[in-house]
Amino acid sequence: MNMELSRRTFLKTSGAGIAGTTLGAFGFSEAEAAVASAVKPFHLANTAETRNTCTYCSVACGIIIYSKGDLRKGEKADIVHIEGDSDHPTNRGTLCPKGAALRDIVKSETRLTQPMIRKPGSDRFEPISWDAALDKIARAMKDDRDANFIATNKDGVTVNRWLTTGFLAASATTNETAFATYKVVRSTGILAFDNQARV
Amino acid sequence: MTNAWTDIKNTDLVVIMGGNAAEAHPCGFKWVTEAKANRGAKLIVIDPRYTRSASVADYYAPIRQGTDIAFLMGLINWCMQNDKVQWAYTKAFTNASYVVKEGFTYQDGLFAGYDEAKRDYNRDTWEYEIGPDGYAVVDDTLTHPRCVWNLLKAHVATYTPEMVERICGTPKDKFLKIAQMIGECSSPTKTMTSMYALGWTQHSKGAQNIRGMAMLQLILGNIGVRGGGMNALRGHSNIQGLTDLGLMSNLIPGYLNIPTEKETDLTAYMSTRAFKPLRPNQMSYWQNYRKFFVSFMKSMYGPAATAENDWGYQYLPKLDVPNYDILRAFELMKQGKMNLYFCQGFNPLQAFPNKAKLAEALAKLKLLVVMDPLQTETARFWEDHGIYNKTDPASIKTEVLQLPTTCFAEDEGSLVNSGRWLQWHWPGGSPPGEARTDTFIMAQIHLRLKELYRKEGGAFPDPILNLNWTYKNPEEPTPEELAKEMNGSALVDVFDPADPTKKVLEAGKQLSGFGQYRDDGTTAGGCWIFSGCWTEAGNMMARRDNSDPGDAGTFLKWSFAWPANRRILYNRASCDLEGKPWDPSRKLIEWDGAKWSGYDVPDIAPTAKPADVGPFIMNPEGVSRLFVRKMMRDGPFPVHYEPFESPVANVIAPKIVGNPVARVFKDDWEQFAKPGSPEFPYAATTYRLTEHFHYWTKNNHVNAVLQPEAFVEISEELAKEKGIALGGWVRVWSKRGEILAKAVVTKRIKPMTIDGKTVHVVGVPIHWGFVGAARKGFGANNLTPFVGDANIETPEFKAFQVNIEASTGPVA
Repeated sequence: MNMELSRRTFLKTSGAGIAGTTLGAFGFSEAEAAVASAVKPFHLANTAETRNTCTYCSVACGIIIYSKGDLRKGEKADIVHIEGDSDHPTNRGTLCPKGAALRDIVKSETRLTQPMIRKPGSDRFEPISWDAALDKIARAMKDDRDANFIATNKDGVTVNRWLTTGFLAASATTNETAFATYKVVRSTGILAFDNQARV
Repeated sequence: MTNAWTDIKNTDLVVIMGGNAAEAHPCGFKWVTEAKANRGAKLIVIDPRYTRSASVADYYAPIRQGTDIAFLMGLINWCMQNDKVQWAYTKAFTNASYVVKEGFTYQDGLFAGYDEAKRDYNRDTWEYEIGPDGYAVVDDTLTHPRCVWNLLKAHVATYTPEMVERICGTPKDKFLKIAQMIGECSSPTKTMTSMYALGWTQHSKGAQNIRGMAMLQLILGNIGVRGGGMNALRGHSNIQGLTDLGLMSNLIPGYLNIPTEKETDLTAYMSTRAFKPLRPNQMSYWQNYRKFFVSFMKSMYGPAATAENDWGYQYLPKLDVPNYDILRAFELMKQGKMNLYFCQGFNPLQAFPNKAKLAEALAKLKLLVVMDPLQTETARFWEDHGIYNKTDPASIKTEVLQLPTTCFAEDEGSLVNSGRWLQWHWPGGSPPGEARTDTFIMAQIHLRLKELYRKEGGAFPDPILNLNWTYKNPEEPTPEELAKEMNGSALVDVFDPADPTKKVLEAGKQLSGFGQYRDDGTTAGGCWIFSGCWTEAGNMMARRDNSDPGDAGTFLKWSFAWPANRRILYNRASCDLEGKPWDPSRKLIEWDGAKWSGYDVPDIAPTAKPADVGPFIMNPEGVSRLFVRKMMRDGPFPVHYEPFESPVANVIAPKIVGNPVARVFKDDWEQFAKPGSPEFPYAATTYRLTEHFHYWTKNNHVNAVLQPEAFVEISEELAKEKGIALGGWVRVWSKRGEILAKAVVTKRIKPMTIDGKTVHVVGVPIHWGFVGAARKGFGANNLTPFVGDANIETPEFKAFQVNIEASTGPVA
């Protein structure tokens, strides 16, 4: 056996899916094959691996996401396991009690799965389509902005600000999301714009 | 962070004060363990609680929350009195020798120019004396009575070890032991690192807490060196990135500013941003401000940003107040002056102070839009959860839209870690149900709003209609497109100004760095400090070579660090005036007689001569600032101010309540307990547990099992005094609200003696609410005061007053 074999390659070749043929090639007897077949297949066999970053604090530990199905092949991917990335220079494979349970936040029962609306005075959320929700938002923004936009201050100086609508941004989103958010919010003249760095 | 997590292994002394890395940043804390095991480094922890960081410290001292400045000024005083100063560094690399204007004074806790009615200063005298040559006057002998060094010496003289004990409750012998350990790091071959987090920021003088330590680090010569620095551990995974990108009321990406209404045009705006060097030969890199600003405007507005319209200057809103920060936004909301509010992955009903006020404010909105991967309390603020969230839904007219978003595991892009590394990640799973990316939602909002303005016209539609949105699929721009846009590109062929036949940039190509940004509209770039992240060589943020030449801890080929892939800021200061490392065993960069090179990207022009050009290239002085001039609202030096709610009056300035320039809204004054109030005798603080992350992990079954329910932590002495049993229920209340929780009675918190008076501490972890997998509980923000830091409005979550009693617990 090649002792230089990396951990990654080892995991791939130890998959149960190839056990039948490989065992035969190694010359196992029937008894040994019976034992081997009773062993629970390695749960990460035949999973797609993706490099990602822990979503919690800014230590930003490297993680590997294991999923059934591969997004890169256009498949639907179901995450089955998340662990620390041993190649990462900061965490070198380790994770804390929060990071070690990352799979369960992705799979949380309180994940949101469809747009919902709570109507004035109601005691519940009701489903709404994406289209209807987004149109409602745009309409509400347009009406509020048109009614309350301040083009000039009392001295006649151009100020072009909109103070009756505010936006809080998330600091667990990517830079790219943040930049798209910045452009959209800033273009409207909103000044009550803030993010979690404030707290 | 000035440095990086992996650099902590290079230190000799770790000071954890204002944080608790072992519990809040466990995997980063491993680098402290490395330094202890491999270098024999020592760890000091200074905290009101004996935390898990303290449990592995070489030395621990208690401190009363909200008194860090007294402690830090005490350390500076001790170092000055005992000649524990790295003199060569302090003289050459700080403004110790700069002479301050005549008229600058400090007395009874206030600097010159205080206006009590405005709660603000006229800061005109907080400046250098300028000589006839136009440069700041300096006195290299440090004998001028108004040079910064002598003003500092006088300023910190109050903070004797005895005074530190009176204010902070830290026994004098413990303070002196710590001072001696820290003083040793004034040697050029010994370094200390400062690791801090919300324990320093969440105060009405949070920014000055951090400045206090930065000043100490400068006189010890610990900034810019391996194993040194000021290291903000930071919270959320991209809190650094969101700040860098300026998603704040008053910012433009890359720490540029939104104009105020006094800056009526671009000329007026630029007139205060010339950044003329204050000493000869200095780089004063902000002199490139206009290039960064114009390139940003080209990124925002493309062809609509022209020289004729000041690059779209009037498309930007103009501020009439310093900030429409979140505290101000909720105040306006409560007054009925805010109609629509968006919460993108943000749960303010839990995360901001005075829950009752927040709930009252949210109920006055017309529309609340929440985008989140998870259920939040904010989205359900109207829902009746009994004692945990008592409401009458029928009376709350706010419409709420709750939009499901993807989470980290389902999206692609970069995050900035505490050490400024931009690390790219890839999606590993399909989003649940109909969840969409935030970028999709923002694009849809923009496109639909734009369409309405195109059809109907309306109030100043120009900045919306002209927003540069030239993505291949405008319905959902890709992370790659957005990253490239932030990096910057050439819009046309660009020629060398000195030689018009020489093409330096080709139209459409990515820029290699911010050095290529131009102020003539020929380049666009969304965030200058990120430039270099996606060049013609590809995505630098996705690099995964973890080699580390010289074992320096810099990892230059792993991801990309802003600025310019530099891993330790101010690294020029790791060398002396000849350009040789202060500590050859910890070389970072070096001057070879012609240029700078080494294990990091030099933080200086590669050919800048070491004796001529100062290391602090962003400052017009070229040196760092012990005296911060007029740049902070509450003083050029830090002063000990009590929290707005405190167990005692301010010993050094008894008349001053809280920070004298912090903004307080009228109704909130009435909700503060008076200093020393017998109604609220106990000094409370909030903190995080290692098993939980803010208000997210209570949605996670595993973490909810590990720490299932809310508790407060008190000393054995207080428990005895109040008849509270371990595991029994308690009621804790402040002038704003109350919570019920289990009592953890512990030796980890001890009563302190403050100015002769016994003060008990009550610890309140923050993680509970009324949605999720954990048991329902009360947010700590039922108790906390609605006031922020005087400079940046971070709420004072770490120090406030409460009362406590044994209770029978919640009735279902």
